[in-house]
Amino acid sequence: MGLLSEKNKEVLLGPLSMNNPILVQMLGICSSLAVTSKLEPAIVMGVSVTVVVAFSNVIISLIRHSIPNRIRIIVQLVVCAALVTIISEVLKAFAYDVNKELSVYVGLIITNCILMGRLEAFALGNGPWESFLDGIGNGLGYAAILIIVGFFREILGSGTILGLHVIPQSFYDMGYANNGLMILPPMALIIIALIVWVHRSKDKELQEN
Amino acid sequence: MEELLSTFVRSIFVDNMIFAYYLGMCSFLAVSKNVKTAIGLGMAVTFIQTCTLPINYMLETHVLKDGALSWLGPQFADVNLSFLSFIIFIAVIASFTQLVEMAVEKFAPALYASLGIFLPLIAVNCAILGGSLFMQQKAFPNVGVATIYGLGSGLGWMLAIVGMAAVREKLAYSDVPKPLRGLGISFIITALMGMAFMCFSGIKI
Repeated sequence: MGLLSEKNKEVLLGPLSMNNPILVQMLGICSSLAVTSKLEPAIVMGVSVTVVVAFSNVIISLIRHSIPNRIRIIVQLVVCAALVTIISEVLKAFAYDVNKELSVYVGLIITNCILMGRLEAFALGNGPWESFLDGIGNGLGYAAILIIVGFFREILGSGTILGLHVIPQSFYDMGYANNGLMILPPMALIIIALIVWVHRSKDKELQEN
Repeated sequence: MEELLSTFVRSIFVDNMIFAYYLGMCSFLAVSKNVKTAIGLGMAVTFIQTCTLPINYMLETHVLKDGALSWLGPQFADVNLSFLSFIIFIAVIASFTQLVEMAVEKFAPALYASLGIFLPLIAVNCAILGGSLFMQQKAFPNVGVATIYGLGSGLGWMLAIVGMAAVREKLAYSDVPKPLRGLGISFIITALMGMAFMCFSGIKI
């Protein structure tokens, strides 16, 4: 068993597309949509979730034999809450503006369904290294969707990418206008629906009847 | 009185948990396949929300907030425990959910049979923790307003999931493009309902 055997590669790369947490497993939609109106908070959110998922997976996987079954949800939540508290303090120290923009959604990483879903479905039955890879894979799959949505919403809604103006002034002079609707929350759902549409037209076996 | 009423109405329509903040989307999408289970889950969420918000409010004002411990004596006056709030809030919510589950199982088996599977799910419903975090952010003046906010946001969540379930029951008869079936079309419907709810956002009560 090497550190990156075939099976582990599958565990790491599967969630990026075929088993994507948002598009296929339907997890973690809760706290993600409201943070995607700009690209920067989307990236910060994606990175934070990746870190929390990976490490909570490792911790739960290490103590999985000593958790009594009836109270396992409370134990999992406390582990997640401790990690999220650390993340939140780090963000407050080094990225205060982004932290303010994310407001309650940093705390809501605790109840992000990706966390509980992966802990229940994977970390409780697998060793620490596999769980770590699974956490990284799922976190990145989640971050990828956030970044795609954040990119389109920012460029169409405010004409910027990471705060830099990319749409030339001559466009505006010709009558082009930023689409204010893209900044409003419902458009995030529509963009995800379009991503789901494209993704499922490519992978026909994912379609529902 | 006026404040209670305006908080209540605002939390249902203007600050609707799903359409304004997207909280509790996972169970919203997973459990909205028929109206009956949607009502059951909605009621459970409203109940837990109404009970945990006052508890968390008391904890926030008397234990966690900056200087909240001053009732213990002057040497505690500048203790700030607010970095612990995530852990405390989620512990309250998770243990309360577990407690309610056991109580309902013991005293109301019929209700348990209909709600049973949803009760443990509620601990990880973002709307509940979100309610407590918004409570912390909005700094309500007293515990009554916090309780009303809990009741209102729970009812708003219930309204959203029941409406969605009703639409999805009808949707079974329509011809949706294959790749959009299921998840995709649910997102689009939620977005359309969210746009409809945006008309409340200008209301000032």
